[in-house]
Amino acid sequence: MIRAPWRLVPRTLPSPRMRVLAPMMAVALTVIFGCIVFASLGLSPLAAMKVFLIEPISTINGVSELLLKASPMCLIALGLAVGYRANVWNIGGEGQMYVGGIFASGLAIYFHERGGVWLLPAMVVAGAIGGALWASIPAVLKTRCHANEILVSLMLTYVADLLVKYLVYGPWQDPAANNFPLTVAFSDNAQFPMFAAFAGDWLEGTRVNVSLIITLVALPVAWLFMQRTFAGYQLTVAGLAPSAARYAGFSGPAAIWMALLIGGAAAGVAGVMEVAGPLGQLNDRWTPGYGFTAIIVATLGRLHPFGIALASLLMALVYLGGEAVQISLQLPKAISLVFQGLLLMLLLGCDVLVNYRLERRRPAATAAVEIK
Amino acid sequence: MNIDSLTPLFASAVAAAIPLLLAALGELVTERSGVLNLGVEGMMLMGGVTAFIVVASGGGLVLATLAACCAGMVAALMFAFVTLTLQASQVAAGLALAILGSGVSAFLGRGYVGNPAKVSFSELPIPLLSKLPIVGPALFSMNALGYLAVILTAATTWFLYRTKSGLILRSVGESPVVAQSLGLQVIRIRYLATLFGGLMAGLAGCYYAVAQFKMWQEGLTSGNGWIALALVVFASWRPVRLMLGALLFGGVTAFGLYLQAVGVQVSAFALASLPYIATVVVLAVISRDQRALRRNAPTSLGQSFFGM
Repeated sequence: MIRAPWRLVPRTLPSPRMRVLAPMMAVALTVIFGCIVFASLGLSPLAAMKVFLIEPISTINGVSELLLKASPMCLIALGLAVGYRANVWNIGGEGQMYVGGIFASGLAIYFHERGGVWLLPAMVVAGAIGGALWASIPAVLKTRCHANEILVSLMLTYVADLLVKYLVYGPWQDPAANNFPLTVAFSDNAQFPMFAAFAGDWLEGTRVNVSLIITLVALPVAWLFMQRTFAGYQLTVAGLAPSAARYAGFSGPAAIWMALLIGGAAAGVAGVMEVAGPLGQLNDRWTPGYGFTAIIVATLGRLHPFGIALASLLMALVYLGGEAVQISLQLPKAISLVFQGLLLMLLLGCDVLVNYRLERRRPAATAAVEIK
Repeated sequence: MNIDSLTPLFASAVAAAIPLLLAALGELVTERSGVLNLGVEGMMLMGGVTAFIVVASGGGLVLATLAACCAGMVAALMFAFVTLTLQASQVAAGLALAILGSGVSAFLGRGYVGNPAKVSFSELPIPLLSKLPIVGPALFSMNALGYLAVILTAATTWFLYRTKSGLILRSVGESPVVAQSLGLQVIRIRYLATLFGGLMAGLAGCYYAVAQFKMWQEGLTSGNGWIALALVVFASWRPVRLMLGALLFGGVTAFGLYLQAVGVQVSAFALASLPYIATVVVLAVISRDQRALRRNAPTSLGQSFFGM
């Protein structure tokens, strides 16, 4: 076997510096890989990267779109991060988001043209309940039957997707929609008002709406919860050292419930942001996978609210970049999914440097002497 | 329900079971070495898109199958490098592989959506046996990949329980520390087991693209890679039980199609959700008995091992 000239040596303590540097290395490597992909497609890498990463946010409108996409991803990722800290792998954020959207849409359709100002807050609450209910299924099955939450929450995402389709092709379909799978367009008091409506001319034409405030509030709340509350501490201990948590009398099932309910509620609210935001209705293919991307956002952001906020902006940019290269370079939008997956894989690879350091292999002869 | 209607029901159950069996068999071997690769769905999609592109570019079925296996192995190699050499969390890397595989396959397959496969696997009826009532058309009129799945199940059982290499593989999964102290190359064995998982997932993807659906679309495998993972748990890591489990899950899918065909007034969406719901129910029931599960599961499953 050929021996690599370097070897990994475990560190005594994880390197805090590398925890911060690894995501940056992964991003840099992804950009380099992106340049190679663009070059192999016969494009100038620098020009293509400019279209992908710079042009989408060179206008006020672009920044507004960035925030519009980053906000729900950030919110879902905050919820997932709480779970991941406790080693509860909820990967069904996507499905919990659908169900949140369904619950909110139900209210919006039932009170169509009838609701008051209370309708929108009620939809947000309904969305949180919907998402939490969907997440409670893996929680019940995990605590009662020890069923693996990864598989259960993922399977339920497919079920939630079919549930949305059933509703928009069936009972909730707008009779005036010519058989398109859409519900009615929500009335004004079932939609988040846009900042552009009351912020003056400079936001003219932008779509970012007041739901952004929910995410902005959730960030410090999540930080306080994770860093400064006993419940957050219990979750972290449960994740890092399950037996220590048990010894300290922290309830395992309680941690699982808390992790999944918080994740589900956050994802549900993110669903409301979408249906009562840029969509303004429920249709059959409304999310570009925010629930899955949020897994990457949470990991890239090191499960820390500040990191998650940054990572969600980056991922939103990857989405916008994908749309931009589709329009101006005729590349498929799926390229954003490639970059997302690659970024996560590279990050996991780079993370080796948190717990290990690279050391040059010494020549065999001198090594033997030193062992003696 | 009369006897005649059972024949197509059973045949479609077998057709749906084959790719599940292929993918789950690979994952079973991977997991027996202690490696939990959650990226089956991604590897399957890579195999599927590769097979479809080969066929669409005028390649034959053998070439398409081999290419699909290679694609699955390349994906698995990436996972193996990140988890076995670079010590990343297997759960996280598996998720990354699932996301990456769906992205790359969607990207590569962009120009092929909506075209039927130029060539596809056809049924190879075995004389006489295929004329048997009910089971004949299902079991003795499969395509080449179907027969291959059955042969590979038998071969895997033999390998795991009757060969020295199989014993070594299982001992690595039970206790990598002990295995290493006996001079076994734990990391190398885990690499090989993971690559086999990729190969089989690629084969399963190939089945979807050029044998069952005979077309390509984004997310063609619609979550079956995840169902295959559940199947391994269901089978308590035993190849023969895997066969029964795959038939059961295939049966659930086929039952939905059957209800639709005989005109039962149930929403098509409700029927489509049956396999996923069945997976959840089965997982819940199987996992109840934690002791049995722990007895059967490879002891070191999912744990990193630093063996240098």
